[in-house]
Amino acid sequence: MSDQAFVTIKNAAKSYGTLEVLKDINLTVQRGQIVAIIGPSGSGKSTLLRAINELDPLTSGEVWLEDVQINKKLPHRQYEAHVNQVRQDIGMVFQHFNLFPHLTVRGNITLAPRMLKGLSEADANKLAEEQLAKVGLSEKIDEYPSRLSGGQKQRVAIARALAMKPKVMLFDEATSALDPELVEEVNLVMKQLAEEHMTMIIVTHEMDFAASVCDRVLFMDQGVVVEEGPPSVIFQNPENERTRNFLRKHLSR
Amino acid sequence: MDTELILRVYPFFIEAAWVTIQLSVLTAALGLACGALGAAARLSRLAIFRWIAATYVSVIRGTPALIQVFILYFGGPQVGIQLDSFAAGTIALGVNIGAYMTETIRGAIVSVDKGQTEAARTLGMSRWQTMRKVVLPQAARLMIRPLGVNINALIKGTALVAPISVVELTYTAQRFIGSTYKPFEMFLLSGLLYMVIIYVVGQGIHWLDRRARIT
Repeated sequence: MSDQAFVTIKNAAKSYGTLEVLKDINLTVQRGQIVAIIGPSGSGKSTLLRAINELDPLTSGEVWLEDVQINKKLPHRQYEAHVNQVRQDIGMVFQHFNLFPHLTVRGNITLAPRMLKGLSEADANKLAEEQLAKVGLSEKIDEYPSRLSGGQKQRVAIARALAMKPKVMLFDEATSALDPELVEEVNLVMKQLAEEHMTMIIVTHEMDFAASVCDRVLFMDQGVVVEEGPPSVIFQNPENERTRNFLRKHLSR
Repeated sequence: MDTELILRVYPFFIEAAWVTIQLSVLTAALGLACGALGAAARLSRLAIFRWIAATYVSVIRGTPALIQVFILYFGGPQVGIQLDSFAAGTIALGVNIGAYMTETIRGAIVSVDKGQTEAARTLGMSRWQTMRKVVLPQAARLMIRPLGVNINALIKGTALVAPISVVELTYTAQRFIGSTYKPFEMFLLSGLLYMVIIYVVGQGIHWLDRRARIT
């Protein structure tokens, strides 16, 4: 089971006009694996992550989740129906949380499951309670997002994504917008997911977190994967000069 | 100032104010309908709809509302559109304010943070589900005030149907000036009534805006 390809990216390339932001990237993530993508800003790491669920479609190449090609070329209507379907299996957490401010925490979590999975109100409420308990915010169920701290917002955002029972979770700099003292509570939730063997792809600037939680680390720069390997190798013994330079700046802090 | 004259004629002005109110309500309703359609077209995936809406907005905003009223009322019969002055006035003004409301509504929709759409789409919601459940409820709050500005303008704009003899406030003032030669009193009286209407509507908009903010 564990050596089975779960998320596969083949020859991924993306360009805006003449600007190439991703160049021939290949990546295979196995079930239950946790992969960190690190690199300087503008390296293409967020773009790659956002290509996985078609938020930023690739110019060429393929993205697969198990045996389903996510970025299939289809006529518009079929394409929309297809991505709406596959996105239900791919949870995503954003830097700026993107909670729905007009809905309570409960509303945020239950909206998609009710609409897309036809859950009854009672079932959806139960689901919201479960997911909130998991991120330790049961008492906030009827609050509006504006009443929550950044860390709480991000935990609710994680609960919202988990409520769709995704097969894989994507984290796009989930703690970058947080005050330093709020980072840990979000990291704890992510660690907990790791212990439950959730497949995760994490774009992050936090080297310590990547080192302690991830099975593999990809270092990207200028649209290519410069180096990849287990955190022990990447962080302690990187081969590539660019990787070393990047890490020198980030680890010395 | 001839207060006695004012006391004698004011019932006619009250009646005229009622016509102005009816005009305003119908114009606003038509304008909102045009604005909603226009905004949907402006944001459409299909270029043809975007083009039609952009043309509508630029033609209407690029010409005086008075000319639009005249074209429909005086020019209409030439091309087989025969409307009484009230209907012609309402339609012309409604279509006119609709162009401004198109931009207001579109502006509110596009100013909802893009992250909201991304979050909803990422959960698997369709474009339309996202629009209906996530974007529009937030845009609706953002558009209350600017739509209030449009409505304020359209109430004052109803004076533009006076030249086609709709018996509203401005026309009524002019009519009484003809018989009394007291333009100061007559225009003052109609101006005052416009102000009352606008004040009440303004309070309503303010109330709506505050209520929308709390939730």
